[in-house]
Parts: sequence; C-alpha cells; structure tokens
Amino acid sequence: MSIDILMPALSPTMEEGTIAKWLVKEGDTVSSGDVLAEIETDKATMELESINDGKVAKILVPEGTEGVKVNAVIARLVEEGESADAAETKPAPKAEAPAKAEAKPAVKAAAVPKAAPVLQDPEIPAGTEMVEMTVREALRDAMAEEMRRDDKVFLMGEEVGQYQGAYKVSQGLLDEFGDKRVIDTPITEHGFTGLGVGAAMAGLKPIVEFMTFNFAMQAIDHIINSAAKTRYMSGGMISVPIVFRGPNGFASRVAAQHSQCYASWYGHVPGLKVVAPYSAADAKGLLKSAIRDPNPVVFLEQELLYGRKFEVPKLDDYTVPIGKAKVVREGKDVTLISFSYTMLAVLDAAEALAAEGIDAEVIDLRTIRPLDAETLVASVKKTNRAVVVEQGWTAYGVTSEVSSVLMEQAFDWLDAPVLRLGGADVPMPYAASLEKVAVVQPEDVVKAAKTVCYKA
Amino acid sequence: MTTRKPATKARQRAARASAPPPYKAKPKELLEFYREMLLIRRFEERAGQMYGMGLIGGFCHLYIGQEAVITGVRAAMKDGDSLITAYRDHGHILAVGTSPNAVMAELTGRSGGVSKGKGGSMHMFDVKANFYGGHGIVGAQIPLGAGIAFAHKYKGDGGVSVTFFGEGAANQGQVYEAFNMAELWGLPVVFIIENNQYAMGTSAERASSETHFYKRGTSFRIPGYEVDGMDVLAVRAAAEDAIGFVRDGNGPIILEMKTYRYRGHSMSDPAKYRSRDEVQKMRADRDPIDHLGEMLVATGAASEDDLKAVDREIKDIVSDAADFAQDSPEPDAAELFTEVYA
Repeated sequence: MSIDILMPALSPTMEEGTIAKWLVKEGDTVSSGDVLAEIETDKATMELESINDGKVAKILVPEGTEGVKVNAVIARLVEEGESADAAETKPAPKAEAPAKAEAKPAVKAAAVPKAAPVLQDPEIPAGTEMVEMTVREALRDAMAEEMRRDDKVFLMGEEVGQYQGAYKVSQGLLDEFGDKRVIDTPITEHGFTGLGVGAAMAGLKPIVEFMTFNFAMQAIDHIINSAAKTRYMSGGMISVPIVFRGPNGFASRVAAQHSQCYASWYGHVPGLKVVAPYSAADAKGLLKSAIRDPNPVVFLEQELLYGRKFEVPKLDDYTVPIGKAKVVREGKDVTLISFSYTMLAVLDAAEALAAEGIDAEVIDLRTIRPLDAETLVASVKKTNRAVVVEQGWTAYGVTSEVSSVLMEQAFDWLDAPVLRLGGADVPMPYAASLEKVAVVQPEDVVKAAKTVCYKA
Repeated sequence: MTTRKPATKARQRAARASAPPPYKAKPKELLEFYREMLLIRRFEERAGQMYGMGLIGGFCHLYIGQEAVITGVRAAMKDGDSLITAYRDHGHILAVGTSPNAVMAELTGRSGGVSKGKGGSMHMFDVKANFYGGHGIVGAQIPLGAGIAFAHKYKGDGGVSVTFFGEGAANQGQVYEAFNMAELWGLPVVFIIENNQYAMGTSAERASSETHFYKRGTSFRIPGYEVDGMDVLAVRAAAEDAIGFVRDGNGPIILEMKTYRYRGHSMSDPAKYRSRDEVQKMRADRDPIDHLGEMLVATGAASEDDLKAVDREIKDIVSDAADFAQDSPEPDAAELFTEVYA
C-alpha cells in the first residue's frame, strides 16, 4: 500500500510553492517526523516532515521545481519491505494538478486583470519598458529606493529584519541597510508606533510596518491623536512625516479578528492621507510618494494581492501622485468604482458585462483620502450610473462616502441611485462556505451594474 | 539598533542607588532658579485668574507647587537636548525660554499664541527649543519621548530626550512598551515621573500597587531613584546625574520627583479628595519658592530688596503677557483649514 506525499498548504494564502530541496532520495527509509524536503512558499522556506514510517519509493517532482500546486503528489512512500513497484500501481497525478480553488473566493478573478484591457497610464512616458513583478517586490523596491535616496528613512516593525518580513515584503532590506535602519521591534504596536511618531517629530522619516492593520488597532491612538493632529495643534510648527503600512482587509480563512478593512476608519480623519493600491505599479509609485510626503500616510496593502504580478514601468524614479484615482478601463454605460482587493471582482465583472453588451468604465480609487472626486464625477457625467465596491463594510464606509460625493456633485447626471457593495455586515466568518458569501463576488457586481442600467 | 549599552555590571556601577547630594549652586544660579520658579508661579496664578474671568477656555491644568521640578531639570539640560511632557505643560514651555506672551496668548486662543490658537493649554510646542509638547492623551508622550531619543541616537547628535509624565500616567501600558524598547535599544532618554500624589482625584495609593514609581523600570533593568521634587537643588543635582548617565551611553534611567500640586487637577476640579489642611501644610512647610527665597536671604546670596526686585520684574512680565493675550486678535476664520497638511 503506497502513501502519497502531497504538496502542503503552509499558509492561509498559499496556492503553490517551490520544492527547494529534497532531503531524502529514492530508496531511503524514513520515520515519522523526518524532514523530507524544504518547501519555499510566498512567505518563507519551510520543512516538510513525514507523518508516516516507510521507504521513499518515488520522488515525482524534482527539487528546484517552481509553481507546484498545493495538494499535488510530490512523492510516494511504500511500507518497509514492500516493493517500490507498488508505487507504480497508481497513476501519478501531474504536479500542476489544480488546487482546491473553490475554497478561495474570487481566486478565479485573479486571472482577469491580465486579460482585461487595462489602460496605459498616461503618466508613464510612451515607449517605457515594462517589467513584470509582484506587488510584494514592488513594495520592497519602493522602500529600498527611498532608503537609498534619503538616509532619514528607516523601517521598523515586527519581523521586518532577520525574518525578512512576516509576508516577505521587506526581504533583503536588512542585508542592504543594516540593523540601524531595518529594526525588528518587540510585539508592542502601541509602543513602537508612538516611538515612530516621536522619531518623525524629531526629523526622521519612519516607515512603520504593521504585520497586519488588524494589530494597528492597538496603536490607533498614536496614528490619530499623535500623528494626524500634531501639525494642526502646533499651528504648523511640527510635521509628522511617517508611513504606516502593512496588509489590510480581507484575508483568507483567518476569521473576524484578522480579516477587516480599515480604509474608512482612517479615511475619516483629517491630517491623515490614506492610500490603498491595487496594482504593483501603483503600489511602488504610491509608496515612494508616501515616504516622501511630509504628512502621516496610512498605506493599506492587501495580503491577497502581494503575490500577483503586474507590469511595472522600468524607470529610475517612478512615483504616482497621492490623491489621483485612475480610470483603468474606459466605458460608457456604467461606472464601477473600487480599490484594492475588490478591483479583482470589478475587473472580472466588467468583462462579464462586456459579453452582455454593457460597456463598464472601471475606476481604481488608489487614494482614499484625499478622495479624487473630480475623476469620479467626470466619469459619472459620462455614464450616468455608478456602482461602488469595497472589501469592508459599506455602513459608514468608503462606498458611502463616494455615493454621497456623487449625489452632491453629480446628482443631475445620475439616471439611477448609486449602489454600494461591500463585505457582508457581519464579523468575517471562518467557514469557507460562509466566507465566500461574505465577500463581494464578480457576479454581485454584475448584478448591481445591471440594476443601475435597468437591465436586471 | 546596533550600538549596545555597556554590560549590565558596568551600568550598575554607573547608576546611583539613591539621589545625589543637592546641587551646590553659585549665588547667581540660585537667584536665577528663584526667578524662573517665580515666573511659573505668577504666570499660573494669572492664568487661573483669567480662566475665572472666562478669558481662557476648556481644560487648564496649573503647575503651581511643582515649579522646582522643571526648573531644576531644565538647568541640567544642554542645548540640543529635547523635552516632552503631558498636558500640564505651561511650566515646561516657560522653562525652555518660550515667550510668556505667546504662551498666555495660546491659553486665550489668539493668533499670537505658540500654536496660533489652535492647540490651547494642553498642546503647546516650541520646536526651536526642542520642546515637543504638550500632549493631551495620558501616557502618549512616553513612547513619543522614546522616539525622540531614538532620533537623537539615529542622528548621532549626542542629545538626550527628557520625557516627563505623572504618576497617574505611570500605570498606562504603553509606558512599559516604551521602557522595554528604550532599554533594549539603549536609547538616550531620562524618564521623569512627576509624582504629585494625585492622578486627578485618585491618590497614588488608591491606583498603584507599587507606589515607589522609580522602581517601575525594574522589570526592564532600568535604574531609578527618588528625588525631593520640592527642592530645586536636589532636582538639579539628580537631573545632572541622570542626564550624564544617559549621555554616556548607558541607556535610560528613571527619576521619581516627589512633588505636590496645590491646585486641583484642572480648573474645574473642586479637590474634595484631600483636606485643605494637607494642602496648607505642604504650602507652609515645603514650598519650593519660599524655601529658596529664605535660603537666598539666610546665606546672604540675595537681600530682601533683591527678591522684591525680582518680584516686580516677574509681575511686569506676567502683566504684559496677560495684556498681549487679550489684545492679540482671534484667529481669522480663514485659518480654520490651514495647517491640516504640510
């Protein structure tokens, strides 16, 4: 009786990984607990232990293979004394066998952005070479470039240094900049956030990384009371040039305390700028702008976007201005407005709508505060209809703010009430079946778009 | 942070177990301490009076009784050192040399105030004098002060951050987060706990399981000792010792200043939680200004006439400040939306 060794899921978001190294070879005898292989995930290199006693009959995926899907069979054990031929009795599934995609809501939408006709950014000079990179790499490059440019810039947070970042965003920075500028902190968000703000008041330019923005709740007093208000309270005497960054919003299968969007929380506060990019190019260009900004900037990343690849302009100093939304797809029938993670569902929906003859314009807000009302109003004046989508709760949310702005500034151009879509008005559930219905799906956007077009 | 503090044993030798003997001041210095403390006293008395007249609004926390603490500490600081405190900040900003006119005008919410009238009593800053506020959230200034120390160390400018807080704030969790990082990273910060014995209306005994606040750094290996905060010379000596210890790269230290506020927590506090006798006894026996005045005369460092001359000078300064604070125009409505962003 042979035993299949499957590619394990080593994190909530892992869909595939690399077999970095096999520590056993065919014919070796292994016991439960022995390390079979080193697996590289999007976050770390981890050891795969055997849970059985037996003999390694077949190694089906050689070391160095990248993109091995979770649950693919990578090796086969047989019981001691059994012939290795026993392993041949079952056909080996291909290494790229699909993972349990249905457990990951909206994963299907992931493929869409590449297919969708995303507009060329007018701010990128024609003929600029584009390189493909992940959001994770783009963020790291932005920090590295700004740290090279200005020695007052430093990064602090939990596991940003020796561990190379809990989500590997700061990978390599410790090696390049040393532990004076890449600082591992204790797990004390309130304290190190206050410390960062104090350092900014005294003239440095800190980047404070939160492992996730859920933990920034411990530090929100310093973000709002100490960082956002000090310039005003001091009559302009003291500036707080600081970036608070880290993953925000929906994450996969981590339940209510680790899966929440804070865009509207911070968007509410004068004195803060709030940025939430979707693409790698925007992540890079906006983070560079945020680090240079003399104000406190809350920079909301998205764990589920970190590993996605986008085209990024190959320029020495690519920045994207804070406060500018981007029309990523032109259309004339309805405006779909979103940012960050739900751009996936919106772009997917735009494709589906196109197939049904509805030409949707898609706008990525990119910046939550200050809101680029001008771009939104201009679009609605053209389409006369809008659907606004966010990953967080719509109540008192970003979608509510955008709807109000459109009502106040584009009322006469609207042919239907603006519709809001967001996360279900519940704490995020753990169960996959419940989680899926708590998150906006492309079909929800399609339905809302048809409703405002009176074609539902 | 790469640079580490010296080994624990060396630090233990360097750190004192108790307060040093009082500072031996020259006659001129003694008179200057007297002058500075009296400026704060008279300024605060006038502010209290103006509050009663409705010229100052909101919360107003007076420093009367605690003058020796900031005066003695400030005298031990060097140019380039930084200072941060909580909302009872009028004494601190006067001590760094900020114009009393601008401080009083901030209290009246006028455009001539240090924060152009946008901060008020609790939010005063003077960044040219390295005074970083003026913070209204109890305990928030402690990590901020550690961050200022971090900046001194990062820049390698040799400066020390002197971070003040009350014994009430000493119970906030973020204090210990800041203590931990300050010691871990060897940050140049002196934590000064102004123990005025009442956190609003709650006495230290009713709120704190350990009322020897200088021991609060023990879990983090931060040394500390208690200082007579009603004696400017004791404060001056301790501050010099502590700032020197920190400047030598030994990491943080805690000074607990035993002091007393004569007035309520704020102007709206009837102070029913303590007896009038308790306050009167403290004023009669321990007043830092009376005590220093007597010492000046007894030692022949100054005559009664010299002290009267100082009184007159201070009275004029405070009168001018009060006039300026009432004459300075209120901020124009157009100022509402300025200085939100840089």
